[in-house]
Amino acid sequence: MPELLWLIPALPLLGFIVLVAAGSRLSRRTVAIVGTGSVGIAAALSIFLGTGFLAYPPLSHHYSQTLWTWIDLGDFRPSISFYLDPLSLVMVFVVTVVGFLIHLYSTEFMSEEEGYSRFFAYMNLFVGSMLILVLADNLLLLYLGWEGVGLCSYLLIGFWYKDTANGKAAMKAFIVTRIGDTAMAVGLFLIFVNLRTLNIQEVMQKALQSWPESSALAVAAAALLLGGALGKSAQLPLQTWLPDAMAGPTPVSALIHAATMVTAGVYLIARTNVLFTLAPVVQEAVAIIGALTLLLAGFSALTQHDIKRVLAYSTISQIGYMFLALGVGAWSAAIFHFMTHAFFKALLFLGAGSVILALEDEHNMFKMGGLRTELPVTFRTFLIGAASLSALPLVTAGFYSKDLIIWSSWSSDKGGPLLWAAGFAGALLTSLYTFRMVFLTFFGEKKGVVNKRPGIRMKIPLVILAALSIVGGFVELPRTLGNFPAFSGFLNTVLPPVETAHGDLSLEAIMQIGASLLSILGIYAAYILFLKRRRYTEELGIVPISQAIHRFWFSGWGFDWLYDRLFVRPFFWAARINRDDFIDLIYAGVAWYNRFLHRALSLTQSGRIRWYAAGITLGAIITIGIAVIL
Amino acid sequence: MNITFYLTAVVAVISTFMVITRRNAVHALLYLVVSLLSVALIFLILGAPFIAALEVIIYAGAIMVLFVFVIMMLNLGPQSVAQEGQLLSPGIWVGPVILTALLSGELLYVLLRTPGRVFNITTVSPKLVGMALMGPYVLGVELASMLLLAGLVGAYHLGRKDRSDGGAS
Amino acid sequence: MMPQALLEHGFLLAGALFALGLIGVMVRRNILFILLSIEIMLNASGLAFVAAGARWGQPDGQVMFIFILAMAAAEVSVGLALVIRLYHVFKSLDADCASRMKG
Repeated sequence: MPELLWLIPALPLLGFIVLVAAGSRLSRRTVAIVGTGSVGIAAALSIFLGTGFLAYPPLSHHYSQTLWTWIDLGDFRPSISFYLDPLSLVMVFVVTVVGFLIHLYSTEFMSEEEGYSRFFAYMNLFVGSMLILVLADNLLLLYLGWEGVGLCSYLLIGFWYKDTANGKAAMKAFIVTRIGDTAMAVGLFLIFVNLRTLNIQEVMQKALQSWPESSALAVAAAALLLGGALGKSAQLPLQTWLPDAMAGPTPVSALIHAATMVTAGVYLIARTNVLFTLAPVVQEAVAIIGALTLLLAGFSALTQHDIKRVLAYSTISQIGYMFLALGVGAWSAAIFHFMTHAFFKALLFLGAGSVILALEDEHNMFKMGGLRTELPVTFRTFLIGAASLSALPLVTAGFYSKDLIIWSSWSSDKGGPLLWAAGFAGALLTSLYTFRMVFLTFFGEKKGVVNKRPGIRMKIPLVILAALSIVGGFVELPRTLGNFPAFSGFLNTVLPPVETAHGDLSLEAIMQIGASLLSILGIYAAYILFLKRRRYTEELGIVPISQAIHRFWFSGWGFDWLYDRLFVRPFFWAARINRDDFIDLIYAGVAWYNRFLHRALSLTQSGRIRWYAAGITLGAIITIGIAVIL
Repeated sequence: MNITFYLTAVVAVISTFMVITRRNAVHALLYLVVSLLSVALIFLILGAPFIAALEVIIYAGAIMVLFVFVIMMLNLGPQSVAQEGQLLSPGIWVGPVILTALLSGELLYVLLRTPGRVFNITTVSPKLVGMALMGPYVLGVELASMLLLAGLVGAYHLGRKDRSDGGAS
Repeated sequence: MMPQALLEHGFLLAGALFALGLIGVMVRRNILFILLSIEIMLNASGLAFVAAGARWGQPDGQVMFIFILAMAAAEVSVGLALVIRLYHVFKSLDADCASRMKG
C-alpha cells in the first residue's frame, strides 16, 4: 500500500483548492468537514502507512515514489517525488495527527469568526506544504514546501488583517525568515553547482565522497543551510519574529508556530546531517546557538504577561534544546524532542486558546486566575502539558526527550560541560516559567468572568494531546530506566547514533536525578513566587535593577531594539538620503527628455499650413538626399 | 523645333514666377492661364496632342473658371490687395527659397549625373491613349470617377449655406 | 527626319515649375494662392509624366496625366468650397487664421 503515499500531501492540497474555489459558497459545516476531513484522512493514511512500515520494513529502509519530472533542463532534472524513511515518517505522523487535532479544535474555536473558509483553506495549504517539505526527496521540492509553509505562516499571522499591527507582525515574520531562506537558496545553488544534484540522498553520498571534512565548501554549504534553519526555527539571531507571530489565531500558533513549521529547521539539519558532520565548526555553532537561544528565550519567557508570548518564547527555548541536540550529534534525540514538543506545546497552545476564548480575548495572565474550577478539562490537560514541558520526571514525555538531550550534551564527544550546563539551567528556567503561567492562570483568586466553555470539539483534541504528552515518551526509555531505545533504533537507519565519549551509567543516573530535582525545584519556586508569596515578586519589582532586567528580558533581550537601530533605522535613513537617488535621476531624466521632445514636437504642430509644407519639403530633401547619396 | 520648346519653357517659367508673386488674385490667375497654355504647347511638342487639348480645355478652361467664380463670389476689392502686401514681407521668402534650392539641387544632380538622352518624338494618338485608359487602366478610371463623385459631394456639403458654423466660429 | 527632344530638358522644366509652385505654397498665406501653387505643382508633375511617356512613345504617361487632371479637378472643387467656408468664418483668406489645431 505504500503507493498511496502521494495522497498524504495531495489530500490537504485538494482541500485547499476546494475551499479556495468554492469556500465562500459552502456552509460552515461543509467547510469544516472538507478542511478537517482532508487532513483527517491524510492522518489516517499516515498511521496506516506507518504501521505497515513498522510491521514490514522495506529492505532499503525507505520507500520512494516518483510522480513526474518537475523541470527537465540538461542535467538539472528535479522530480516531484516523495521519500519515506523513518525520519520523514515521524514528521508526517506528527504533522498529520497534530494537524488533524488542531483542525478539529479550530472548527469550534473559529466558529464565530469571519473568513471561516479562508482560515481552513490556509490551514490545509499549510499542512499540504509541510508534508511536501518533509516528504521531498530533493532539496528543490523541499524548498517549495519550505516557502509554502512560510507563505501560509504569513497569511495566517495576518489572518485578522483589519488590524494593522497583525499585518505588520506578518510582514516581520515573512521578512525575517526571508533572510534565512535567502541563505538557504544560496546554499542550494552551491550544492548544485558543486555536486550536480539536488537529490538529498545523492547529495549526502557525493558530499561524503568529494568533500573532505572541514573543507571550505562543506562548511559553506552547511552554514548556508543552517542560515535557513535559523530563520525558520526562530533561533538566534533570527528569533525576533516568533513572539510577534502570536498575532495570529491561537490554533495557528499551535500548529505552525509551535508544533510543526518552526521545527522545519530541525528537520532540515537532521535530514542533511552528513553535511553538518563534514563541517564540525558549523555543527558546533549549531550547539552553541541552541544553548544560547534556550537560555535567552527562557529568561524572556519568565517576564512576559501575555500567555501566548510565554508559550512563544518557550517554543524558541525548546527548539533551542533541539538545536543543542543536533549540535552534539544526538540527531534522534532532537527528533524525539521535536515529537514530544509537538504534542505538549500544541496542547498548551490549545489550552491557552480555550482560556483566551473563555475570557473574551484576554491575553494578560495577571488578569486571569482561579480558572481551575471554571475550566476543569482545560485545566487538567494544560497541567499535563505544563508538566511535560517542565520535564516532570518519569510520567511525562518531555522528561524522556529533554533528559536525553541534556545527557547527550554531556556524554557526546561533541558535547561539553558548558553546553550541558546551559541545558541543565534551561531545565530550571523551563519549569519556573511554565508553572508561573499555570499558577497565574488557573490558581489564585478569580479575576475574570468565564463566558464560554469549550465544547466537545475543543475538548477531544485537548484530551488526546494530553494522552500523547504522557505516553509519547515511553517509546524511548533511557538505560537507567528500562533501556528501551525503540525510537532511536527506529531512526538509526537514517540518523547515525550519538557518539558517546563518556558513557558512565551511574553518572547518567545522577544527572537524571539532578535534572528531575531541578524541574521540581523550579515548580516549587514558581509556587512560592507566584502563588504563595506574591509579595516577593512584588517587592522585587520595585528595585530599580530588577526592573531594568525585567524590562530587558521582557523585550526579548532587546533584539528588536538592536535590530531597529542596526538595520531598520539605517535602512530608512539610507532610503531617505537616497530618495532622489542616482537611478531615479536616470528615470527622471528619461521623463524630462520625453517631455522636452513632446514640447518640441507640439511646437511643430503650429496650425500653419506653410510650416507643414516646409516640413514635408524638408522630409523630401532628406529622403531624396539619402537615396542620392546611397 | 527645339527653339520653340525653349521659348515656351521660358514663358512658362516666367509666367509661373509671376503667379506666385502677384498680390492681386485675378492677375495671378491670368498669369497661371498663360503658364498652362505654354505647358499645353510643350505637350504638343512632346507629341501628346490629346493631352495638350485637355490642358487647354480642362485646366486653363474649367478649373481656372472655377477660381474666377470663387474670386467673384468673395468679392475681393482693392483692400485685399493691400492686405496681401502686408502678408508678403520680403523676409518670408528666404526659408522657402533655400529649401527649394536644396531640393532643386538634388533633382539637378540626379538628372545631370547621367548623360543626356536624345529621343525621337513620335505622336501618341488619342486613340492609343483611349485604348490604354479603357484597357489596362480601367480600374484607375473607375477610381478616378469615384474620386470625382466624392469631390462633388464634398464640395456640395461644404458649400451649403444653411450649415451651422458652431464648431468653426 | 523625326523631331528630336532631350528628355532631361523636359524634366528640368517640370522641376522648375514644381519648385516655383513649392515656393508659392510655402511663401503665400492667402489660401487662394496656395491652391493656385498646388495647381502649378500638379501640372508640373503631369508634365514630367508626359515627358517620360514621350520618351518611350507610349500612352501610359498621358494616362497618368489624365488621372492627375481628374484628381486636380476634385481637389480644386473641395478646396475652393473650403476657401468659401473659411472666408465666411474668418472674413479673411489668411490661412494662418485657421490655426486652432496647433498643439
